[in-house]
Amino acid sequence: MTDGYSEKVMDHFANPRNVGEIKDADGIGKVGNPVCGDVMWIYIKVKDNILEDVKFKTFGCGAAIATSSMITELAKGKTLEEGLKISRANVAEALDGLPQVKLHCSNLAADGLHAAIKDYLEKTGKKLS
Amino acid sequence: MKQVYMDHSATTATDPAVTEAMLPYFSEKYGNPSSLYTIGRQARRAIEESRQKVADLIGAKKEEIIFTGSGTESDNLAIKGSALRNRTKGDHIITSSIEHHAVLHTCKYLEKNGFKVTYLPVSKEGLIDPVDVAKAITAQTILISIMHANNEIGTIQPIAEIGKIAKEKNIAFHTDAVQTTGKIPINVDDLAVSMLSISAHKIYGPKGVGALYIRKGTVIEPQLHGGGHERNIRSSTENVPGIVGFGKACELAKERLPQESNLAALRDSLIKRVLEIKDSYLNGHPIKRLPNNANFRFSYIEGESMILNLDMKGVAASTGSACSSTSLEPSHVLIAIGLRPEEAHGSLRLTLGRENTQEDIDYVLSLLPEIVNKLRMMSPLAR
Repeated sequence: MTDGYSEKVMDHFANPRNVGEIKDADGIGKVGNPVCGDVMWIYIKVKDNILEDVKFKTFGCGAAIATSSMITELAKGKTLEEGLKISRANVAEALDGLPQVKLHCSNLAADGLHAAIKDYLEKTGKKLS
Repeated sequence: MKQVYMDHSATTATDPAVTEAMLPYFSEKYGNPSSLYTIGRQARRAIEESRQKVADLIGAKKEEIIFTGSGTESDNLAIKGSALRNRTKGDHIITSSIEHHAVLHTCKYLEKNGFKVTYLPVSKEGLIDPVDVAKAITAQTILISIMHANNEIGTIQPIAEIGKIAKEKNIAFHTDAVQTTGKIPINVDDLAVSMLSISAHKIYGPKGVGALYIRKGTVIEPQLHGGGHERNIRSSTENVPGIVGFGKACELAKERLPQESNLAALRDSLIKRVLEIKDSYLNGHPIKRLPNNANFRFSYIEGESMILNLDMKGVAASTGSACSSTSLEPSHVLIAIGLRPEEAHGSLRLTLGRENTQEDIDYVLSLLPEIVNKLRMMSPLAR
């Protein structure tokens, strides 16, 4: 369990950054499945093509919560294009790695962010340059 | 930081008296029990004394105890040994859907090798109905294996009733008593079992040693072939220090059995207070359960997150959530009692032991509501 969780994972798990929902979010990404034990909702606020605010709500294990917390930090202040380029591997790297068994199931945070950006683009009809 | 160990169904600390009893058998009385000279004979005598102590704890005869390397090995030996021995009589085995993996995976293995296995369902409290056992018996049934109490939810099965049915039909009946030994009184005649598995490290003994009770007249095929140790049923040079420790642990368990049942009072106060947390539920049977077992589920949150939070405060507990297992499957036991996977993910098992006090319960209760609340604030499932 904790065996294999890096200090950074434990830090983000114990003190998750940017928890909560954004009431008037511009985009919401909902990924995961309660049956598998992980559900992530990523909320974004966009201004001038920039991810001005990113928050999350997550049901899941230590890795699920830590990756959610990390993606909010990685994405904040980035352009939408940059946000779409943040990969699962980037999130895992930023956390100094994840246990092998957690790589697939819990590392949904990047998918959640991408889904939130796509939700924003669909709602506004905007296209990325 | 305060340390509270509440995972006694996973393992227990070796009792200092047990360790002390074992020590001489590492470097002073290190002889091979099969050797004829003095230190060999000393080791042989120590093993036979331990065998008597194990037998005394479960109301068996000394000759009916075979030492093994673990509870898992005992289950494998009982099931494979019995199935292979009786293959010409039939090919059908009856077990339950909530057995320990040592039984379930052994049955799956036998299925791959031509045996047929019935996995009986359980009630939402985790109880097997003896009527279901009777109905499942066919002319081909050669073995019934039903656990005495479940390791996750603590439900105690009607083993004596099932034993009676098996005896009437003259079918070998095995029970995995790893969780009940030393916690509730066990008598192999009252339970009417032909085989019973126990493990040392669950009762304050060392890891790496177990035993299988085999009733006189019950015959099984050996699974380890070699020098003919343990009445030719389990070849291997005996783990003398481990066996000596196991014997001592059984002796202490017998003495302390009355205190063990006192754990139920402590456990009940734990259950009562945990259930005051909103949207929390008890898994398992309200009464027919191990005196030291409490298993809860909390809606909207996941077990591993609870365990990690408790661990950060010095509390050791466990969960049936998929996220804490290497298989990434939720507990088969929690699914068998009818929980949805997302409910199974939110389970928390607290199992008490000798050293736990009311103060420990207070400490856990000073943390748990806050942890549950913190995780719910974070959860998109919570409303």
